[in-house]
Order: sequence, then structure tokens, then C-alpha cells
Amino acid sequence: MAYNFKEIVANKPSRFTEGHRMCAGCGAPVVARHILRALKEEDHAVIANATGCMEVSTFIYPYSAWTDSFIHTAFESAGATLSGVEAAYKSLKKQGKLPEDEHTKFIAFGGDGGTYDIGLQSLSGAMERGHDMVYVCYDNGAYMNTGIQRSSATPQFADTTTSPAGKVIPGKMQPRKDLTKILAGHHLPYVAQSAAINNMKDLYEKAEKAIYTEGPTFLNVLAPCPRGWNYQTENLMQINKLAVETCYWPLYEIVDGVYHVNYKPAKKLPIEEFLKPQKRFKHMFNPGNEWMIEEFQKEVDSRWQELLDLEEITNK
Amino acid sequence: MSIRERLSGNEAVATAMKQINPDVVAAFPITPSTEIPQYFSTFVANGSVDTEFVAVESEHSAMSACIGAESAGSRAMTATSANGLSLMWEMIYIASSLRLPIVLNLVNRAVSGPLNIHCDHSDAMGVRDSGWIMLFSENNQEAYDNNLMAHKIAENENVQLPVMICQDGFITSHSIENIELEEDSEVKKFVGEYKPEHYLLNKKEPIAVGPLDLQAYLFEHKAQQGEAMKAAKQVILDVSKEFENWTGRSYSFFEKYKLDDAEIAIVCMNSTAGTTKSVVDELRNNGIKAGLLKIRVYRPFPSEEVAKALSNLKAIAVLDRSDSLNAMGGALFEDVVSSMYVEKINVPTVNYVYGIGGRDTTENDIKSVYEDLQEIVKTEKIDNPYRYLGLRKEAK
Repeated sequence: MAYNFKEIVANKPSRFTEGHRMCAGCGAPVVARHILRALKEEDHAVIANATGCMEVSTFIYPYSAWTDSFIHTAFESAGATLSGVEAAYKSLKKQGKLPEDEHTKFIAFGGDGGTYDIGLQSLSGAMERGHDMVYVCYDNGAYMNTGIQRSSATPQFADTTTSPAGKVIPGKMQPRKDLTKILAGHHLPYVAQSAAINNMKDLYEKAEKAIYTEGPTFLNVLAPCPRGWNYQTENLMQINKLAVETCYWPLYEIVDGVYHVNYKPAKKLPIEEFLKPQKRFKHMFNPGNEWMIEEFQKEVDSRWQELLDLEEITNK
Repeated sequence: MSIRERLSGNEAVATAMKQINPDVVAAFPITPSTEIPQYFSTFVANGSVDTEFVAVESEHSAMSACIGAESAGSRAMTATSANGLSLMWEMIYIASSLRLPIVLNLVNRAVSGPLNIHCDHSDAMGVRDSGWIMLFSENNQEAYDNNLMAHKIAENENVQLPVMICQDGFITSHSIENIELEEDSEVKKFVGEYKPEHYLLNKKEPIAVGPLDLQAYLFEHKAQQGEAMKAAKQVILDVSKEFENWTGRSYSFFEKYKLDDAEIAIVCMNSTAGTTKSVVDELRNNGIKAGLLKIRVYRPFPSEEVAKALSNLKAIAVLDRSDSLNAMGGALFEDVVSSMYVEKINVPTVNYVYGIGGRDTTENDIKSVYEDLQEIVKTEKIDNPYRYLGLRKEAK
């Protein structure tokens, strides 16, 4: 069935309810809500969440914004926690202790802090062991929950509270880690990178594939943060779009090791278009700092080319 | 009918786990508890259990997976030692606060550093305030029996707390001794089916586990944990009675060995109790009224009962296989003297830190403690209540 945004939103009630306390203009709830819409209505889900903005804003005792079963344990343990839930499901199913006609899907959400950094080991373990689950990283490029500290997902030169743009050191000096490729290195049946753009077809279809592909799957989804990136809240969707149009955040998927770049801009926009509306990159536009923009562009170009090369090689 | 066997402590635990047939076991190897998941994965590989074995990449993930599995509505077990428990530490508190009846076998070993793989109780003592029920085992038999009783205690509706079963690394985990095992079917009948009231996999009633719990409710939730720990005392006694009716082996909060008419006594836990019993017998043959109080239930601490059991003594030595490094005394010592103080029982009591990092504690060491106690009774003087036992002379 062809994707129809209006029909999906109209016919599939949100499994992530209003009333949560995430910021206006935050990318994460948009991502979570739309991913959960990809679940078949009759399927039950257990959601695991790493500690982070999403967890502390959606499940403050005694209120929960999640209509499916939900578990949070700690910052670095969403992968391992959901492993345990999934193992219990397998065991109880095998023993006939759960209804045969009921299906439960397992979805973990973690920010880049809980995924790229402190939770990387637990995620890697869960994926390697082959648990039937989707791990979704909502990547906002810093530890936003504790107040915008740099993570290994923070782009180079970004101004954060632990990589401040100072007189001597102009922001974070290291380029960002490429987590999607690290997960590709786990040889999973499905790995994809997405963002909530246009009518969110890309995100929905990837979520559906990730949820309904048997075995461990991974989604890395861009989730801009109005506080950390410092843009106007109403510009969320525009920021997402610029990330994709500049090839800063390419949309692609790896199906059984074969790369598919899902969107190739006819005219790749210069990286300034993405950097400019975000105050975290403001210092890059000061006179004398042109080299920073050049270096950033070079990094984006080389990663984009690498991706195109991988697509070509794996499709041979 | 019991079956006579010869097993090491680790084999005894693995055998109990096989008979319990938990739904999920998640574990990571660490000396000296490694054999437990090793033996157990053989049972899984040979299809003798229904368990999903999750070979996690760390102890932190082992406890995380147990939390996930138990929240999902299944029975989960694990085993670890020392640094493994240290790495789990964050999740240990989360497991008890979520009121999950997970069962963990802790094969006691010195926590680094420096690195040491041998027995002491520094691992267990590090989590003594984490809200876990803690049972100590003198030998393979007690480790086995404690496992058979653990789920019934943990899962009781008035308790719903995780249980940690301790035994001494290498000393009992790797020593082969005689043991009485129970029939598989009898064990299954005693342990029973696990039927949680609320669980993640119940599609009819989705639940949310592990909230952000702020000033408004965390205090109440912690108080409820405290109440559950108090309630666990009676449940432990009830389950132990039921176990005795079945197997004939008797358990309580502690074992009193020739204590009732004793004048001097040692309080200790795990394998050292065996050595102490032998010394008590010898002293009794020489007309010395020596006794032993061996703690089995360390958390909840049976303070009133311990104080009462020690009330008629003339001098007491509390042996701690872990130093609290607080210039005051070991953890068991603090618990015992606090218990006596509250019950207004005033018996001269001294503390010995012993057996650190697997240092052998011999009958002669234990004998020297009883000699010290006799001296205290005679002189009514205690120069230093916080002592070392078996320390190299030159280290002083």
C-alpha cells in the first residue's frame, strides 16, 4: 500500500500521547510518535528507553505518555534491558505461557549520549546477540538532558557547554563519530539513517522495515534540539530538511549489507545553509574563521562520497 | 527422597538452577563464579532446561537483562563475584527499587584493587544497603538449599525483593563435598510457578516501569521498600519452616552452635563457621564454654533476635571478612553492636577483620580469638575493639 501521510495520521491513533513535557520544537517526540505509527495496530510493543530527555519528559511518576508497555532502567542499558525483555518473551512463548496469537515487538529509544557513548557497549552486545528488536537512536548531537554537553555525535566546531567556542579553542575540535557505519559493521539485516522530513515517508517506511525485519535492526534518526542547536522552534522541519539537502545527514539504508542511498539532492546545498540558522555554529561565521566552514564542508563531502562509493560497491 | 551426591559449591548452585528451570539466565564470567554460567549453559545446550541463556557482554548488562526479563514477567537468575558485582552496582539498586524478585548467586571474592581473585566479603558488603535480601551459606549444601528457597521468599507478595545468595569463593565454590539433593519434580513443586500480577508482556494491561520519580513520591517508594524488607523476616522463617518439613534440613535467621550455655562466642558468616565449629568442639572438650552464632540472613538483619541470642555471653568476637576502612570496625560488627545497644544488652564485644584476599583462616587463628575472649572475661578490659586476625607480623 502506498504511503499516505493523511490516512496514517487519521487512521492510526498515536501510541505516544500528548501531555508529555518535551520542549516545543524538539525533534525527538515527532520521531518517536511516527515510528510507533509503523506498528501494526494489533501488535503489542515493549518500549525501552535510555535515560535522557525523552525518558524524563515522558514518564514522570505517576504519568506516562506511552500507551504500550515501557521500561526505563539506566542511561547506558536500554540495549541490555530490552535484550532481557525479548529473551523472556522467547522463553515464555516457547513454554506456551503467552497467548499464541499475540505478537509483541521490541523497540528501544536512546539519545546520542545513551547510544553513541555510554550505551554503545550495551547496544553492540544486544545487536551481536541477535535479539529481535529495533534500536532507535534519536540523535540531537549532544547531552541535551544535562544541559548541552558535547558527545561523540556532536559535529565539529559546535559550541557546547563542555566544548565552548572560546578565544583559544573554537568549539568541539573533533569530527563526529559515524555510528550508523559502526552498526553496519555488526552485519545486521537492516540498518538505516533517517530524518523527519516532508511527509515523513522515509521515516515511516524505515520504521516499518526495521520493526518487521526479523532480528536486530538499527535506526539512526536526526532529532534537532532547539535549546542545544539554538534555532527558532518553528523551524524544526526546515532544519531537518537542510540537514538532508546539504548531505550533512544523508538518508540511506543498508539491507543485508547492501547500501541504498534513498535521496540524492539534485543540487547539494552548501553546508552554510545548515549551519547558519543554528547559533551553536555562530562563531564559524566570524571573519577569519572561513577555514572552519571549509573544513566542515570537506568532511561532509568526503563522507557523502564514501557513502556513494559504498552504494556502488555493494550493489555490484 | 533425597539423593546423595558429591558436588562443589558452584555445581550445587548450577544444579539448583537447573531444577528451578528459570525462564531467563543472563550472566558474564568472572572468577570464581564462572563455573555457574558454564555448567548452566551446558544444560541449555543439551535442552535440559527451558531457559533462554543471554550471554551478555558485561555484568552491567547481565543485571540490566535480568531486570528486563523479570519486568517482562519471567523468572531471571544470574551469578557473579567481586568486580562483576561492582560493575552491576548501578543496576543492583534499580533491580530492588523496581521490586523485582531476581535471584543472584554471589561467589564472594575480594573487590579490586589491587587485583585479587580469592575470597573475602568486600563484594557483598558493598551492596549491603541496596535493598537486596542477602543469604549467606557455610557450604555447598546451604548454597543449594538457599537457592531452592530464594524464589519463594523473593516472590512473596509482601516482599517482592531480589535475593542474593553468598558463598565463599574457592573455599566452598570449588571444594567438592557431600550434598543431599532433592528430586527435580519435588523442587519444581516447592518452588512453584511464577505468576506476577503486573508485567510488560501482558498485552491486556500495558505497564510502565522505571519512571522519573521526584520529590513527590520517591520517599514513599523507598519507605515501601523498607517495609518489604521488614516483612521479609517472617516470610523467610515461613519458607524455611516449609523447607524443613519437606527436606528435614532446618534453617532460620542464624545457626546457634553450642551457644545457649556459652560464655564466649564468635559471630561470623559463610565457611569460617565450619572452622569455628571444629574449634568450639575442641574447646568444649577442654571444658571451655565456647559457642558460635553463624549469620545466615544478613539482610534483613535480624537485630532483635541476634541481640537476644547473644545476651547471656560474657564476651563476643565478631569476625568480618571485609574491612570497612572507617577506623571503627567492620560491617557485621557494627550491625551486631548496634543491635545489642538498642536491646540494652551490654556484653564486651570485639571485632576481627580476617581472611582478606583469601588469606587462610586456620583453627589456630580461631583458637587465638577464643583465648582473647577468655582474657577479656578475666580482665574486663578491651584495649582495642577493632583488630586484625592473621595479618603478617611485619605489616603492623
